[in-house]
Amino acid sequence: MRFGIVVFPGSNCDVDCYHAAKDVLGQPTEYVWHQESDLSRFDCIVLPGGFSYGDYLRTGALARFSPVMTAVAHEAKRGKLVLGICNGFQILLEAGLLPGAMQKNDHLQFRCEVRQVRLENKDTPFTNLGLAGQVLSLPIAHAEGNFFIDDAGLEGLLTNDQVVFRYVDRDGQPTAAGNPNGSRENIAGIINRAGNVLGLMPHPERRAEEIQGGTDGLLIWSSLLAYWGERHA
Amino acid sequence: MFKAKIYIALKEGVLDPEGQAVRAGLHSLGYTGVADVRMCKAVEVTVEASSTEGAEVMVREMCERLLANPVMEEYSFVLEALA
Repeated sequence: MRFGIVVFPGSNCDVDCYHAAKDVLGQPTEYVWHQESDLSRFDCIVLPGGFSYGDYLRTGALARFSPVMTAVAHEAKRGKLVLGICNGFQILLEAGLLPGAMQKNDHLQFRCEVRQVRLENKDTPFTNLGLAGQVLSLPIAHAEGNFFIDDAGLEGLLTNDQVVFRYVDRDGQPTAAGNPNGSRENIAGIINRAGNVLGLMPHPERRAEEIQGGTDGLLIWSSLLAYWGERHA
Repeated sequence: MFKAKIYIALKEGVLDPEGQAVRAGLHSLGYTGVADVRMCKAVEVTVEASSTEGAEVMVREMCERLLANPVMEEYSFVLEALA
């Protein structure tokens, strides 16, 4: 399974994603500079976290105009797997590949901490090895993770089972106490309707090996590989 | 040449945490009569266009496509002809 890790000016989680795909999963992985326009050689495209273009104007707003994003949209339309993490999620929202928008955290602070995240939909290429309702410990690191969507959009997400991750408290409940940023309905990650584009604020690449303090994030990487492996056995 | 003074605000009903923090600051300065604060963005764009209508169409398009995020923001602008 070939992974492409997109590098924008200002990406800073690209190396961690590369490591997770290349060294932990053991798959052929390449960095892709944002000026590239052909991503057809990859099976999964990862938009990593960071501060692309300094987050000027709005997070992800300028990265969307990189030539590589035309290619990402093209491959997404063809059904290729696209994973956006943190700033990558923000870029997918700005590009219109996922619905909604990202606002500043409701308390205005940058939060860098480990949070409990509940798996709301395990029937996706990104989560198929998980259990329904499984709670993962994953790090977050963002100032703008306050997911906003209007009522009609939210209803669409819920009706189509597009909410994949929710922030939860210690009891595994999506309460205000469990919500680190004011995100609507405690949403931490969503998928598109076709089921091949996932965006999430927590960082699975920072919990892929024991040495990182836990392996809960490996679930996402391994699920991708399992999904792809089933189709290419 | 025209100068567009563009004003981008969060839509009514979208929570503005920054505005609330500033309101709290104003309250603590003693301005207890401050009922609401909304943070907005101002962008000035100078464009070449042969007519006001042409400039207007262009600026509106810029707002829709990049300067504002229609999911949560709305915009307005005024155009000024430059000598």
